[in-house]
Amino acid sequence: MMQSRSTIRFWHRGAIRSLGNIDPIHTVLEWLREDEGLTGSKEGCAEGDCGTCTALMAWLENGELIVRPVNTCIVLLPMLDGSALFTVEDLADESGTLHPVQQAMVDAHGSQCGFCTPGIVMALAGLYHQTREPSRQQILDQLAGNLCRCTGYGPIVEAATMMGRLDPTRSIIPTNLADELSFLQDDQCLQGSGPDGEWFAPATIDDLSLLLEAHSDATIVAGATDVGLWVTKQLLTFERLIFLHRISDLRSVQTTDAGLEIGAMATYASARSALAGFAPALDELIRRFGSEQVRSFGTIGGNIANGSPIGDMPPALIAANAQLRLRSAEGDRVIALEDFFIDYGKQDRHPGEFVEAVVLPRPGTGWALHVHKLSKRFDQDISAVCGAFALTIVDGLVRDARIVFGGMAAIPRRALATETALIGELWNEDTVWAAMGVLEREFEPMTDQRGGADYRRIAARNLLWKVWLDTTDDAAAMSLSRQSSDFVDA
Amino acid sequence: MLDRPDRLGAPDPASAGLPDDDGINGGVRRSIRHESAHKHVAGSAPYTDDIPVPANCLHLALGLSQRSHAVIRSMDLSAVRAARGVIAVLTAADVPGVNDASPIAGDDPLFAEECVFFHGQPLFVVAATDRRAARQATKLAKVEYEDRPAILTIDEALAQNSHVSDMKRLQRGDPMPILAEASHRLSGRLEIGGQDHLYLEGQVSLAMPGEDGGITVLCSSQHPTEVQHNVAKVLALPDAAVTVEVRRMGGGFGGKETQPAIFAAIAALVASKTGRAAKIRLDRDDDMAITGKRHETRIDYDVGFDDRGRILALDVVQALRCGYSLDLSNAIADRAMFHADNAYYLPAVRIRSYRCRTHTVSNTAFRGFGGPQGMMGIERIIHRIAHHLNLDPLAVRNANLYAQAPRNVTPYGMEVGEAVLLRLMQELAARADYAKRNKTVDAFNAKCGVFRKGLALTPVKFGISFTTTHLNQAGALVHVYTDGSVHLNHGGTEMGQGLFVKVAQVVAETFCIDIERIMVSATSTGKVPNTSATAASSSSDLNGMAARSAALAIRARLTKFAAELYQAEPDDVQWLPNRIVVRGEEMGWDMLIKQAYLARNSLSSTGYYATPAIQYDAANMRGRPFYYFAHGAAVSEVTVDSLTGEYRIDRVDILHDVGKSLNPAIDLGQIEGGFIQGAGWLTMEELWWDRQGRLRTHAPSTYKIPTASDRPAIMNIDLWDAAGDHAETIFRSKAVGEPPLMLAISVFEALQEAVASFASTPEQIVWLNAPATPEAVLMAIESAKRAAMT
Repeated sequence: MMQSRSTIRFWHRGAIRSLGNIDPIHTVLEWLREDEGLTGSKEGCAEGDCGTCTALMAWLENGELIVRPVNTCIVLLPMLDGSALFTVEDLADESGTLHPVQQAMVDAHGSQCGFCTPGIVMALAGLYHQTREPSRQQILDQLAGNLCRCTGYGPIVEAATMMGRLDPTRSIIPTNLADELSFLQDDQCLQGSGPDGEWFAPATIDDLSLLLEAHSDATIVAGATDVGLWVTKQLLTFERLIFLHRISDLRSVQTTDAGLEIGAMATYASARSALAGFAPALDELIRRFGSEQVRSFGTIGGNIANGSPIGDMPPALIAANAQLRLRSAEGDRVIALEDFFIDYGKQDRHPGEFVEAVVLPRPGTGWALHVHKLSKRFDQDISAVCGAFALTIVDGLVRDARIVFGGMAAIPRRALATETALIGELWNEDTVWAAMGVLEREFEPMTDQRGGADYRRIAARNLLWKVWLDTTDDAAAMSLSRQSSDFVDA
Repeated sequence: MLDRPDRLGAPDPASAGLPDDDGINGGVRRSIRHESAHKHVAGSAPYTDDIPVPANCLHLALGLSQRSHAVIRSMDLSAVRAARGVIAVLTAADVPGVNDASPIAGDDPLFAEECVFFHGQPLFVVAATDRRAARQATKLAKVEYEDRPAILTIDEALAQNSHVSDMKRLQRGDPMPILAEASHRLSGRLEIGGQDHLYLEGQVSLAMPGEDGGITVLCSSQHPTEVQHNVAKVLALPDAAVTVEVRRMGGGFGGKETQPAIFAAIAALVASKTGRAAKIRLDRDDDMAITGKRHETRIDYDVGFDDRGRILALDVVQALRCGYSLDLSNAIADRAMFHADNAYYLPAVRIRSYRCRTHTVSNTAFRGFGGPQGMMGIERIIHRIAHHLNLDPLAVRNANLYAQAPRNVTPYGMEVGEAVLLRLMQELAARADYAKRNKTVDAFNAKCGVFRKGLALTPVKFGISFTTTHLNQAGALVHVYTDGSVHLNHGGTEMGQGLFVKVAQVVAETFCIDIERIMVSATSTGKVPNTSATAASSSSDLNGMAARSAALAIRARLTKFAAELYQAEPDDVQWLPNRIVVRGEEMGWDMLIKQAYLARNSLSSTGYYATPAIQYDAANMRGRPFYYFAHGAAVSEVTVDSLTGEYRIDRVDILHDVGKSLNPAIDLGQIEGGFIQGAGWLTMEELWWDRQGRLRTHAPSTYKIPTASDRPAIMNIDLWDAAGDHAETIFRSKAVGEPPLMLAISVFEALQEAVASFASTPEQIVWLNAPATPEAVLMAIESAKRAAMT
């Protein structure tokens, strides 16, 4: 039987902390505020959307120290194991001198009510750690997960541009932190029992397989960006939880002969550059996927396995003809990703199986992926419609088309009739117009808080025209999804 | 200054080191940082939920109605009582006093009794040893409902004559015959959505039982006195047995004016019943389900105008969705009527206001307090006139502005004293290069590309004062201790708007001492009684004056004492920075205070202020409800993607009148923040109820407020250097809290311009409702395209 320990270990405030007898659904924010009396981090929404609870976490990925902002309101306590945690209380130095991020916020009048401020300061501290000279786009992206209802953000953006100049020399990350964290890594299975049930955090795929064989009913926790809300909002209790975050073999992102293989536990942050290399459109999609905080923990596999009809990644991956590798103690099973989604809330995952990896086959000549996401707000919003269009155009002829939509049905769904209307035709205005007519009738979306049925239908149709413009007209191919000076006469 | 922030870091270059012109640090007109800025960034500023709770504190959660309108057939709470950690479960039957936490009408029960009136109405409270246990236990209630027909929309309320109070009318002249004869006449309808406050800190109260049945409540409230009254009423206690304290709020925006009372009263009820401290902190979803929002409003209009676009007569019907109870809806609807003119002279006008009762949350105060909805109506009317006559909307706006007599009197009979807006708008148009950019935008749109642009300049004229006249009063309490340090307290609350630092500046200026000597302190009903809400933009005006009056009283005693000490006349006592000089003899502030104490002088004073000059006949809606008007204007430019309805605000220019600013940095922050909040209201913030009356946009995951990238890349904000003489306010400053929100109407108008570019005739223009979400914009464009093809 596997070796195990029941105490989580992590680095906090200069020391390795060991906690036993934890409740696995206790959030890091609750632990900070209620158990440690560190009330600097605030709860604004308890669902990872406002950023007032933002802290920095550091961990090792392939031996490299990663420092990322996280939403502590939906990070569950076991997920701290092996990592370091930094909060707003850790920024000022021993003498009380403010960190340049803090001083810049004071100087720029960046706080009004001050409630979002600790989270903003921590998000900016993450940016400061990366660069002392952030671009405007970097600043806006870093702040996308931090709401402020008072300032209008101008002074905060100003503070972000000032902070590196005030003092470029500060670091809250101890130089030996990577070493300290490496001592915390082991192959033992972490396990315990909380008030409502037992929990496991295995370190290897083999242990995971064994656990799932024994407990096929267990709830699997990847990045907890969704499960966290089952805890904080639905108030669910769990008889058995299995956390995957310690399994480094599930985090690999590699290019093989078959194509790009992404481990199920690869986060959006860690997979972004490889996916951007595969198809540039994925870079912009991931930039708008959640926020920096959500991308720190949100995983490619989690976004698939939870079967959400509005997850943004499945449409793009299905368009790219992704294959899904599921694993159990009995071995591997590979299916087309589109076949994984059976119906609302129903996926083709057998008892005891887990998502191991997604494989994107190497595309052929003339292949390009276009993705357009529509939402009420550009940043950190859930799509009303997300359209992914993978077209293979050779010599002006549409050789292949895979078009997939999120938000148009109970599951991510291909626009098969539209594909048929395109394949074999010349890629020109007439073809696109005809296909748009098909597309407008292909789905029967629903009306909900994210958009009406008519809007979804018309917008989906128009997105095909945007794809046409993407391929033909540089001026019209522009998108408003990023702030741009192209439209402004200052 | 203030809680020793300088121990934390380098002094703020704007406030320390450099002496003011008058030689003190931190007098008025200086850009002093927020009094808690260092604590905010250090995470050391305690909010209500951060205060360590007493031992055995109970944590509360509410059981909420799952119906919009129903009779409660039965409520079985046995499983709730039996759940892990539960100590008490209380319902309406457990209220010793009055089951009500309303501001006025007695119609906001803590817990529903026979009937529920909205989805999310509290039914009972669970007190448990931890918050999760309390929340989980609420799910175990078995409630049987007998559904009643629910009125959810303005349409349904009007059709069924369902109102929270009578229709109100404000009329000047008789517009009807003029409308009939006007050479141009237009009518139409504008629907305006509500808005959730989304203060980042949700509703929270901590109640602690005290001696003789008394209660102390720490809470996040803009109106401690009203919380006090409601707690006393619920517990059948005298007001004097209840103390309410507020150090700071994590945002308010009007959402913590009346709304905190119910939660404070529930916490106090539990504390009173159990003898243990009790804390309630709402989950965000519950907060949004239970608390009121900005009033959704419908405006119907019928306008007659001349060839130049000057309005001759106007008939307006405003219908506001008030929700299930009255709350402050009458005052809010009144203000919508008062601002139905915005900045324009309406020679003959009739404004009728319907206050619709629906089975939804009781809508409440929100920055602007009805004013924004009133202004949206008239700006739409002006915009339609402009397109009808093929005129630049700015020209039509200018032609209709209040001007010289007789075109200087509002429909309610108040003279618009200083007609500054024409000058201000001309100045702004010049600074923002409006005319040239307008041509550029037209040329851009003439290319008929995928992207379209819109540009709009809109003004704001906002009345400053509570229209409920008796609320225009304030108190303050100032102590000078024998070491010369000053304790400052007043009835206003700090929610981020910078009130505390502004009032501290006033006191520093009055005593002629550095602001570092002044300690601000939590608002408490035990220190300053009978206060008005921190609302109506007027808190600096009111509390600044009250604090100044307290400081002046002490200063007068000190002057008299110093004159006697030096055997001189009071006029011989000169107040210089941090010292006095009497006939060449100098004495530092600290020594002066010490000597005054030894000579047995009182170094403490209350201060009081009541706004002069206002006089208003509420029954007939006539008189001078406002002490003065605040003004501003904004130019917004937007780009719209016609294929998706997405848009960006490219550039905004603002010129805003804050009189002689008490603190320019704070005022600029209020202007920018208010503008972005207003832009959110009119663009992406959409409250979406389903057919059962459930709010489905009930958290930031579904209800989207602007984020950093939604702020325009170019935002030029300037304070209008008001040349004109105006009301005698505190150091001639003007209120700034609410007015800038309405500058964002320029964004809505600019989006409308971009959408209008798809129409080839005025009749083809599709007129947007608010919020102009990408969906609304796309559907309008599609509709205009179809109309243009037929």
